[in-house]
Amino acid sequence: MSDVQTLPNLTRRGHFFSALGDFFVKQPLGAAGGVVILGMFLAALFAEWVAPYNPTQIDFLARLVPPSPAHVMGTDGFGRDIFSRVIYGARTAMTVGFIAAIVGTSLGAIVGVFSAFMGGWVDLAIQRVIDVLLSFPIIVMALIVVAIVPRTELFGVDINVIIAIAIPFIPKVARVIRSAALAIVTMPYIDATRAAGFTKTRIMFRHIMPNVVAPYLIMLTALLGQAILLEASLSFLGLGVSEPTPAWGLMLSGTNADYYREAWWVIFFPGLAISLTVFGFNLFGDSLRDWLDPRLKV
Amino acid sequence: MNIAAHPKPDLALKPILQIEDLCVEFRTTRGLVRAVQNVSYEVHPGEMVAIVGESGSGKSVSALAIMGLLPPKTTRIPKGRVMFDGEDLLTRSKTQMQRIRGRHIGMIFQEPMTSLNPVLTIGDQLCEPLRIHLGMDKEAQHARAVELLGLVGISDAARRLTQYPHEFSGGMRQRVMIAIGLACNPKLLIADEPTTALDVTIQAQILELMKKLSRELGIAMIVITHNLGVVARYADRVNVMYAAQIAEKAEALPLFCAPLHPYTAGLLRAVPRLDQGREARLATIDGLPPDLMNPPTGCRFADRCPARIDACAKMPELREINPGHLSACHRAEEMNGPLRDGLYPLYKAQAAEAEAEGRVEGKNALEVDGLTMNFHVKIGRNPLSRKKAVVKAVDDVSFSIEAGRTLGLVGESGCGKTTVGRSILRLLKPTAGAVNFEGQNIARLPESDLTSMRKNMQVIFQDPFASLNPRMTVGQIIAEPMMVRKLVPDTMAARRRVGELLGDVGLPLYMSERYPHQLSGGQRQRVGIARALAMEPSTIICDEPVSALDVSVQAQIINLLEELQERLGITYLFIAHDLAVVRHISHRVGVMYLGRMMEIAESEALFADPLHPYTQALMDAAPIPDVELERHRAPRALKGEIPSPLDPPPGCVFSTRCPLATEECRQTVPQLREVRPGHRVACLKIEETAP
Amino acid sequence: MMWYVIRRFALAIPTLIGVAIITFFLLRVLPGDIVEIKLRGDGGDVSEAALAAERARLGLDQPLLVQFADWMTGLATFDLGTSLWTGERVAHEIAIRLPLSLEVAILSTILAILIAFPLGTLAAVFRGTIIDYVVRIITIGGLAVPPFWLGMLMIVGLITWFDWLPALGFVPLFTDPVKNLSQLIWPALSVGYRYSSVVARMLRSTILEVLEEDYIRTARAKGVTERMVVAKHAMRNALLPAITVLGLEFAFLIGGLVVTEQVFSLNGIGLLFVESVLHNDFTMIQGLVMVVATGFVLINLMVDVLYALLDPRIRYE
Repeated sequence: MSDVQTLPNLTRRGHFFSALGDFFVKQPLGAAGGVVILGMFLAALFAEWVAPYNPTQIDFLARLVPPSPAHVMGTDGFGRDIFSRVIYGARTAMTVGFIAAIVGTSLGAIVGVFSAFMGGWVDLAIQRVIDVLLSFPIIVMALIVVAIVPRTELFGVDINVIIAIAIPFIPKVARVIRSAALAIVTMPYIDATRAAGFTKTRIMFRHIMPNVVAPYLIMLTALLGQAILLEASLSFLGLGVSEPTPAWGLMLSGTNADYYREAWWVIFFPGLAISLTVFGFNLFGDSLRDWLDPRLKV
Repeated sequence: MNIAAHPKPDLALKPILQIEDLCVEFRTTRGLVRAVQNVSYEVHPGEMVAIVGESGSGKSVSALAIMGLLPPKTTRIPKGRVMFDGEDLLTRSKTQMQRIRGRHIGMIFQEPMTSLNPVLTIGDQLCEPLRIHLGMDKEAQHARAVELLGLVGISDAARRLTQYPHEFSGGMRQRVMIAIGLACNPKLLIADEPTTALDVTIQAQILELMKKLSRELGIAMIVITHNLGVVARYADRVNVMYAAQIAEKAEALPLFCAPLHPYTAGLLRAVPRLDQGREARLATIDGLPPDLMNPPTGCRFADRCPARIDACAKMPELREINPGHLSACHRAEEMNGPLRDGLYPLYKAQAAEAEAEGRVEGKNALEVDGLTMNFHVKIGRNPLSRKKAVVKAVDDVSFSIEAGRTLGLVGESGCGKTTVGRSILRLLKPTAGAVNFEGQNIARLPESDLTSMRKNMQVIFQDPFASLNPRMTVGQIIAEPMMVRKLVPDTMAARRRVGELLGDVGLPLYMSERYPHQLSGGQRQRVGIARALAMEPSTIICDEPVSALDVSVQAQIINLLEELQERLGITYLFIAHDLAVVRHISHRVGVMYLGRMMEIAESEALFADPLHPYTQALMDAAPIPDVELERHRAPRALKGEIPSPLDPPPGCVFSTRCPLATEECRQTVPQLREVRPGHRVACLKIEETAP
Repeated sequence: MMWYVIRRFALAIPTLIGVAIITFFLLRVLPGDIVEIKLRGDGGDVSEAALAAERARLGLDQPLLVQFADWMTGLATFDLGTSLWTGERVAHEIAIRLPLSLEVAILSTILAILIAFPLGTLAAVFRGTIIDYVVRIITIGGLAVPPFWLGMLMIVGLITWFDWLPALGFVPLFTDPVKNLSQLIWPALSVGYRYSSVVARMLRSTILEVLEEDYIRTARAKGVTERMVVAKHAMRNALLPAITVLGLEFAFLIGGLVVTEQVFSLNGIGLLFVESVLHNDFTMIQGLVMVVATGFVLINLMVDVLYALLDPRIRYE
């Protein structure tokens, strides 16, 4: 007997809002996370209006100014306003993070469902490949991909970084979604579809996929945070987005952060931004999982 | 061991447990659930009291309340006393309750497979109560543990104590649980559905054991169950619970012979009985139990009750109608007379008569010949060895079903009946043998050739919760097969057909917009039936379709299936483990054990005169909800455990447990042979006789 | 039991082979021509002959399969080739740097165990209370805070308040334990925060799950005190997945080290890794990846064995 909160059907408007309200009431921490995410999102969207200065504007007369009314978060070694750079950095983080996470999670989910449903040697082969891929720590894999894929830019976004972040996620997601899909494949209602002679494609997309939405969403929110962190790490190492794009990780590395031992604000605020954002995503994801099915372990 | 031989407990003794006016509430996310309301009962030393009810009746909750095992944060007990040995348990502190639990009151639960800690030895878990309550030293613990295992019938005790739970079978684990419960010689033992998860023959063993111990050791026992047969066989007194209240309370015999509450009467008429065949249509109790968050103010059974009168708008009290027999019904006195018989008339199905008259030998809808399904399992720990064990899940099984009739396939766990179903459906590819359906042998056909068969043969599953896609509406679930297989021209036609089907299975039209989680178990099962019917199949494989349902709902579904068969001429392969249900619905019955068919005959012939020793054992083990009958039966509980399918006995697979087994049986595999006309048995010891 | 270990070991080998294959071919797809970058580096002209000579010297003019065969045979003899950038043997370069990274990793693990186990248990036992919320916030923080940033903040704090300066050279543990620990405790902490958060969260959720199991209800029905229920009945079952996670995350520590070593100027394999990527030194990258992957597989093997020791179902299968 299942007393699990099943994922409410969100295709109807009434259901969506009541589900939202239910979530906010039951999971205050998650709601807080959601607010943080929304804040960052809005900052990213309306950066032009929110940021007081141009993030790339160099001003050698205002180098390393501590936090003050004119510069809320101080300035860096080139005199650029840190607050503005943090705001614009949100844009990079969100764009790269979102796209990478969505691409990685979705591809991983498809692989996972396919593997679970096909079973047999197909499943075994895919599992072995996933095992091998999981032997590489995420950052190592990301670094390898960065090393391989040449720098490409599309609409001002560094595609190579996105790919570098998305690819390590695929085996991770595939493994989790595969377990969830395995549980579904053994369900009688899948047997019923086979007994009715439905095609494999139909069963996979119409019957299995919709039922892995819960773990999918949970992995997605978890990996959104990871993606942002990974992007920051890559940029910190100089292997992610490059100057002059404002990116939080970049702000913590190399010439930008050279003077951090004396000018603590140069690293404090960008790092705080990273932490807060990932924190928000994780809070949200955690609460989402608790709300949907506390037994779903990720 | 005949129960009648046991002396009845002396009810004049003061009761060891007295529950007075107990109320238990739960705070859930959706509201306050009043799980137990104004429940009172008592238990005397040495007697076995049964608490009977369906799911949601509150029977388990009342027992957990005695033990203080309800979740503290969400449970409220606003009223009531639980007097145990003179003290009110509800006022005891946590520490005091800890000293009572396991020492003076023991409890065993439903799931033996998960009730023991997998990483601790049996000895450790058995000695734990001895250590913490009785302060025994190591030697004394060991001695007592060996004694306890002997008491519950586990041999080789010293070695067993060092083993872990996963090395024990389900039946043996339950014995261990009983041993743990009895370890400190408690005054009261509570058993919550102790045998529901066990096979029929094992069930009988465990219940016999419990009854024996209760009598010999003078331990009071509370058995919580939904199985009326178990109650009839073992209980001294019975409390019937409905919707968090006690509906009726009496000694076993008067309760079964002359129930004074319409609900009890309904239950007794709704349960399929092993001693009744197809001729009686099961009485059904329409409707569903009330929502315990908003229970009706009057009698809770009223809107399902055929004896409802205006007075029922007021809550009836539990009153003593006859000595020792109480009922919570305004019309309880009238129940003593013709009212009871008129409530749930047993009517003969008209078709049954037509059947008897005009039945012509029909064509076979399905013929199975030498069906074999082997699974390969790697055994042995050597990773390099290629040795594989073959599990013969289905071994050379043959039978046929005439069009429009039902073949029941019955057996305990591991007998292969479900695998037979799945093989016929081609959810599995049989290793060998033929399955003749609609003129072709579908056993080894490639998947692409199975399209026609996939329309004309459909399936209904056991678990109503898992057999429907939770993300689709009822309407979508039923319509999908039609649309995908292009059985209807367009969506309009599909919608119309869905409406018809919903009507066929007795569901209102608005159900098509609901999601499965909004439906009850019985309603979901009906949707499953509608989905199967959507393809207009000639044959339906029913895989334990009613096992997961409450008694009153079971009857509804069984009747529905029978009605559909009469109207549409569908052929059923009905797979189940409950003999009574199988007897009720089947024309012909096959009994399986460890992958082989042991006996197959017309339903009446089989039950009137079972020839195979296993069939006889099964029938002995299954209790009938009739106290008088049970008193005069001498249950012969079959000894031993069901052998592992990885290592089946040589020769006849039943030889290890068969009372008639000889050396010949252990060497030769008996084949099914026709011992009487239409009655085939696979046993070397049965002589062919003229009918 | 022995067969179980052997079986696990046997499973590991194809994984490692797979890693070797993937690493090799992946890196040969690198767009940059390392020889050109190396010789042309700071501008200036280099003749084709010189380039060709360098290629031959590095063995890059051989057909791909020959290079692959060399690589695989080299692996068998622990010969990881020669660094395309520095010219030194890869195995040597890694060997001199590995002890440092390993020590930081081990220190982190010890810290993580000391922090995570009490925190996780407390959060589970006192679920829903303020203790639980505090622990959850702390541990989610661990997942959110970039380790390198934490390291930087530590350095700032240490300099500002304690006049502490990061050391210039690495002092091995056995030469001067105090000095060594005082250097390495900080990177260990900054990486360890994340590590202990993951383990604490896992432990918390596992304990909560275990507490819902039927056998816990049986234990309570026997009159076992709540403390014993958690300590004896629950913990032993909950530890198993937690240990698995401990093992998994240890391997990912190496990844975390990559960025932290940068911050603390530690000459470990993490730093080596970044430099190799920047210089397209794929022999070095290969070697490093093999070392890390092998370590990962070994750690998992150890975890599996530990698991089998603790779980009788596996021990006696």
